[in-house]
Amino acid sequence: MNHQPTARTLAQSHFRTLRIGSPFQPRIDALAKTQDWYNWAGYRAPHSLWDEELEYFAIRSQAALFDISPMTKYRIEGPDAEAFLDRVTLRDVTKLKPGRVHYTAWCDDEGFVLDDGTLFRLSPTRFRLCSQERHLPWLLDSAIGYEVSVEEETEAVAGLALQGPTSFAVLRDAGFAGVERLKIFDLADFPHDGETVTISRTGFTGDLGYELFVHADKALSLWDRLMAAGELRGIRAIGYTALNRARLEAGLIVANADFTTAEHAIRADRLRMPDEIGLGFMIDLEKGHFNGRRAILEARARRKLRHVLVGLEIEGNIPAEHAIVYHKKHQEVGLVSAAMWSPMAKRNIAIASLTRPYGDTVVEDLWVEIYAMRELQYQKLMKRAKVVARPFIKLDRRTANPPADF
Amino acid sequence: MKAWDAIIIGGGHNGLVNACYLQRAGLDVLVVEKNGWVGGAATSRELTPGFLYSNCSYVCSLFRPEIMRDLELPRFGLQVISYEGGAVFTRDGDYLANYRDHDAHRREFARFSKRDAEAYDRYARDVTRQCRFIQPLLMRTAPDPTSLKPRDLGELLYLGKKFAGLSAQEMALTLRFWTMSISEFLDEYFETDVIKANFALSGIIGTALGPMSPGTAYVLLHHYMGEVDGSVGAWGYARGGMGAVTKALAASFKASGGTIRTGAEVDHVLVRGGKARGVMLAGGEEIYGKLVVSNADVKRTFLKLVEEKELPDIFLRRVRNFKIRGSSGKVNIALDSLPEFPALPKDSPVYRGDMHFTDSMERMERAYDDWKAGRWSADPFLDMVIPTTLDPTMAPPGKHFMSCFVQYAPPKVNGREWTDADRDGFAESVIAQIAEYSPGFRDRIVHMEVRTPREIEAEVGLTEGNIFQGELTFDQLLFNRPVPGYAQYRSPVGGLYMCGSSTHPGGGVMGAPGRNAAAEILRDLAKSYQHMSPAHDVI
Repeated sequence: MNHQPTARTLAQSHFRTLRIGSPFQPRIDALAKTQDWYNWAGYRAPHSLWDEELEYFAIRSQAALFDISPMTKYRIEGPDAEAFLDRVTLRDVTKLKPGRVHYTAWCDDEGFVLDDGTLFRLSPTRFRLCSQERHLPWLLDSAIGYEVSVEEETEAVAGLALQGPTSFAVLRDAGFAGVERLKIFDLADFPHDGETVTISRTGFTGDLGYELFVHADKALSLWDRLMAAGELRGIRAIGYTALNRARLEAGLIVANADFTTAEHAIRADRLRMPDEIGLGFMIDLEKGHFNGRRAILEARARRKLRHVLVGLEIEGNIPAEHAIVYHKKHQEVGLVSAAMWSPMAKRNIAIASLTRPYGDTVVEDLWVEIYAMRELQYQKLMKRAKVVARPFIKLDRRTANPPADF
Repeated sequence: MKAWDAIIIGGGHNGLVNACYLQRAGLDVLVVEKNGWVGGAATSRELTPGFLYSNCSYVCSLFRPEIMRDLELPRFGLQVISYEGGAVFTRDGDYLANYRDHDAHRREFARFSKRDAEAYDRYARDVTRQCRFIQPLLMRTAPDPTSLKPRDLGELLYLGKKFAGLSAQEMALTLRFWTMSISEFLDEYFETDVIKANFALSGIIGTALGPMSPGTAYVLLHHYMGEVDGSVGAWGYARGGMGAVTKALAASFKASGGTIRTGAEVDHVLVRGGKARGVMLAGGEEIYGKLVVSNADVKRTFLKLVEEKELPDIFLRRVRNFKIRGSSGKVNIALDSLPEFPALPKDSPVYRGDMHFTDSMERMERAYDDWKAGRWSADPFLDMVIPTTLDPTMAPPGKHFMSCFVQYAPPKVNGREWTDADRDGFAESVIAQIAEYSPGFRDRIVHMEVRTPREIEAEVGLTEGNIFQGELTFDQLLFNRPVPGYAQYRSPVGGLYMCGSSTHPGGGVMGAPGRNAAAEILRDLAKSYQHMSPAHDVI
């Protein structure tokens, strides 16, 4: 037998590289002083590159470059793309104009959240959906009856987040003329290296910041362009630990960290409706039918929403990561999913999921029990927790127009 | 005529912290500040276009996070950024760096001594233990050991219990720490001169003592007690310069309804019947207040602002003998490009940390010898930082602000006042030292602010320009700060309080004196201080 090699047989060798590199990997490897990697959806991604604390401060004082290429990306295109996405996702896509981005989520027919993500409207008929998890079967099945194509383009498109107070100045100095016109959640195409780069004023830090998407083969030249322009603006590449701190301060949630996505939840009681994870604001009942609408309406009407996701401020300065939340110090009412001492807010903050009515109508007398391991002993601390609004920090520079230089 | 509930003399960081807490407790508070701006020794002024200086204090660590939180300083713009380590340049063209990464730090030390490299953990453990003992005391009023009041007895018991909680070995170490010289202390851990010089600098900063003077080991502890966001001992830059601290305090104070009058120098405190009634400004204007709080140092407060007849003799004598000696100066430099240090690789993080040139204990002690002789040090000790490597707000891109803390500078030169020529000579000793390690340094200088003890006293009001409002030696700490019997922020004059760094727990931009003083005032007024968070747990 003499078989010709096909794309499929050529792809066999993937088993030799269990963690693939992103299009930016040569640059990231060169900066990875700590060699502190983790597995982000099959990519070799940095937890930190040189110092996770200082990387965090790069986000908050200068400009930080973070590789978001491993994010799952779908290209959704066709005359019915708008109608299709309006049907699949919670927010009103007809209100999302070309050149705009919104943060959204989508549910299964029972109203349970499949994922949250960002939807970029690149043209009247073309969208990009970015998310943590993979949804191709769900999207393709939902597309039946619509004139729309759904294509997974995770590896073909490289993504960078440029975040921090000098991020605008870096882009301007890099020659992206007109970038000053981008208001928060705007996007536009800019020429780069014979092709185009899509720049949006978005991010996961609550700070001034941008996200850039480019064909994978133009990734390195984009990286170099930003690094060169940013040298005098203090640009630094960072890893996920720093970004994760910034996102928590911004009060943003992470799928399968702060809630379990519906296609992964084995245990039925882990499923969550948007109202149960702080995403109720996305639900637009004015618009037409969307997946999960009936179930969500029924749950609201019959008060079947059992959970609530809240921001907490906890006394003291010891992070309450994965601490149990109590009412009156004895009744267990929930769990902290993310917690930290916030350098920006100078407060001990947390995101927690509570069982209603706690965190909803009963917000007094809440406590968290912190188990702080210190030299092989738990120091157990019962600390008062206060339900507070998210985001935990609000930075004027994030939305200032025109954006400032720092 | 209006009588304020409280008048604070001086808008330094402690005065403002005090004012904020009192205003938030419902008092009607006025801050009077002699300069046209607030901030005291935590100011950032633009003296040449485009460059913001940290004119006096220049790094941040000791400022208590509990205070930042209580007074919502982040909301009013305060942001503190950790920085990256630092180095001592050695005269043979090398350097000894401090890295934040534990193993990089060990390998760096091993370049000089494998033994010392492995001794670092033991040193760090002992210093940390001592810090954990002292840290909880920062936010408490020191007990009066002669008093039989239940509160004092309770606090003494607390102190005693903490002390008794130490092992015999630790107790011995604690006492040694409080009394030893930094030189002797470091001898117990390290054998390499440059490594000792590297650590010794924290023992002499701001102090009119040399590394071989007893008491300097404690000064080192004082510089290790701070934190940046939970990293105990770490130091950072306030984004926008140290003035950002007082700017945020002033904004917080005003937002809660407080009033600040700048350009209002106090001539003296009005006292009637042994009780403070307000202040008289230099122009003769009288402002009345139910109580007066002085942010000025203890000497300035009681030797200049209060009439002698109002004070008991023994108190006056002790105030006169309070050690608050000028020992340091400051050179702030605007640079048109980043200086190069050929000893450092171009990608070294040291550029973003603190840099020093004194590579031996002997050079450090010799610098002190000059001070004793009434001269500024010919070969000074510098603590030099370039905050603009991490803070884009203080200079245009590519340009830099460099802060040089300089030691030693005597309060008087050969027994006479400083002259402008002396000041220039002092600056030259600094520039010459930097230029020796950084060719072309002089050509990069755009502007320079030179501050000897004369300038610091004249502008900020710190007696002799002492940055701590009084030496941090054990005879002037806890219940002896500033003087025995008056360590609880009260004074012999009724209704006149102290809230500056002359009081417990002392100087550095810590804010604890201002906060603790507010607690005592509110206690006297029988007002709640629920809005004041307790100190964070040390677990």
